Amino acid sequence: MFPTPIQKAPPWVRMAYPLLLPIALIVWLLPLIGVAVTSVRPVADLAAGNYFGLPSGFAGVENYTAVFRDSPIGLYILNSFKVTVPTVIGAVALSCLSGFALAVYRFRGGTVLFFLFVAGNFIPFQILMVPVRDLTLSMGLYDTVTGLVLFHVAFQTGFCTLFMRNFIVGLPFALIEAARVEGVSEWRIFRFVVLPLMRPAIAALSVLIFTFVWNDYFWATVLVQGQQAMPVTAGLYSLNGQWVAAWHLVSAGSLVAALPPVAMFFLMQRHFIAGLTLGATKG
Amino acid sequence: MVMFTVYVLLPILQSIRISLYDWDGLGAMRWVGFGNYAELLSDDAFYVSLKNNLLWLALYLLAIPFGLATALFLNQTVFGIRLYKSLFFFPFVISQVVVGLIFTWFYAPDFGLLSALIKTLTGADIAVLADERFVTFGIIAAGLWPQAAYCMILYLTGLNTLNPEQVEAARMDGARGLAMLWHIVLPQLRPATFIALVVTVIGALRSFDLVSIMTAGGPYGSSRVLSYYMFEQALSEYGFRMGYGAAIAVVLFAIMMIFISLFLVRLLSRERGA
Repeated sequence: MFPTPIQKAPPWVRMAYPLLLPIALIVWLLPLIGVAVTSVRPVADLAAGNYFGLPSGFAGVENYTAVFRDSPIGLYILNSFKVTVPTVIGAVALSCLSGFALAVYRFRGGTVLFFLFVAGNFIPFQILMVPVRDLTLSMGLYDTVTGLVLFHVAFQTGFCTLFMRNFIVGLPFALIEAARVEGVSEWRIFRFVVLPLMRPAIAALSVLIFTFVWNDYFWATVLVQGQQAMPVTAGLYSLNGQWVAAWHLVSAGSLVAALPPVAMFFLMQRHFIAGLTLGATKG
Repeated sequence: MVMFTVYVLLPILQSIRISLYDWDGLGAMRWVGFGNYAELLSDDAFYVSLKNNLLWLALYLLAIPFGLATALFLNQTVFGIRLYKSLFFFPFVISQVVVGLIFTWFYAPDFGLLSALIKTLTGADIAVLADERFVTFGIIAAGLWPQAAYCMILYLTGLNTLNPEQVEAARMDGARGLAMLWHIVLPQLRPATFIALVVTVIGALRSFDLVSIMTAGGPYGSSRVLSYYMFEQALSEYGFRMGYGAAIAVVLFAIMMIFISLFLVRLLSRERGA
């Protein structure tokens, strides 16, 4: 254990640590707490200059209903789901197959392909922006949810493949060998031997991709213009323009938009962290 | 794989091609060769963006030591520590748009928390996001918040895999504190550090969301970064200069390629070793 476990530390450290923890946490989350408090503040408080003190009353219900009633944020959130869910399914399904292929078979160009995927994952989006926008326009998918989904699936597949390949390489290869000796077809090996073992990886990836795609802002601005297909990140930005200095609404809206990935994170925390830190321990 | 080619590999080549043309996105493309690049060299805004990018790169790296410090602080087994760890990690899960809005509020003059703090401490009222001197730092600070959380989680995982015998042995030999951290712990954390480095560098070069949300490049373009400048040139009310935008993107891509190649080389040597 490093640092020294607190139980072995001098008494004053042992006393101080539990006190320090919540203080550090509050400082760390101060901006967030501020926004959360603002989102339940009555308008009158803001008008009266009461920005930091305790809210004079609880207006959470009014503020949040106002956000949903006066703005298309409900639609934006629905759009976000429409973009995110198919992307997760598509990217994960494709990468299971390609990851399996790259991990199990040795074929010419396999390594090159693998490196293309890795490199593709790190390139700046900007270099893709103009051509992808043109492509989407020419397919008539500009300003639609489908256009966004197609791009996200294509882009995320790179990362997912990398992830899946590494995971499958770590599985005991003897299992596949054994199945081959038994004369099981390759497809059935994938379906009945490898796929069940991949469950943790699939879970981890799904949560990660969900968060990435949900939080995407760049492509949402590049590929979408109108309200009907706008995901919540871009939507929030345009709403921010309308609600100038109506901070109670902005904060409520932000929290609503942040909620789904946060919920996802807390529900699937173990998988999420396993996914993010893959490769941080070995290699 | 076909999709990946269509959406990722081909566009890179197309972008490089477009960067050699003068094109508004609709009309005919006019061949200008390296004209766009030549123009870049004498474009002040380009240098501002480039400088800001370097600033991002340098300061963003602070997320790594900061994440390490937080991880060390939290790597204890006391009651409720798991909850603390998740809450510390929290900022990373939130969308950058929301982070941007949160910090805009945090910095806002008159009613933001930070400006109120500064006011009570120094008596001066500073509008961080409207002041050319501070604006980039302000945005970077906002970016550091989730990034440090990410590094922290990488290090926490790394700390869990430390070899306890080595640590105990070093402790017997009288290593403590910083010496211990430097000679015994950090070498074992190398994989985590490497990932943190890669992710942070790429994050710094990709920074777009926060700039767009918090200042839209202002005031007077002083907080632009390459990625945002490119967007502004190619796709905004400032006009549709696709060729010029693509040229900026290619420059950014070239910078990024340096880091990507480093990463690939390391990956390759690892594959060979395995």
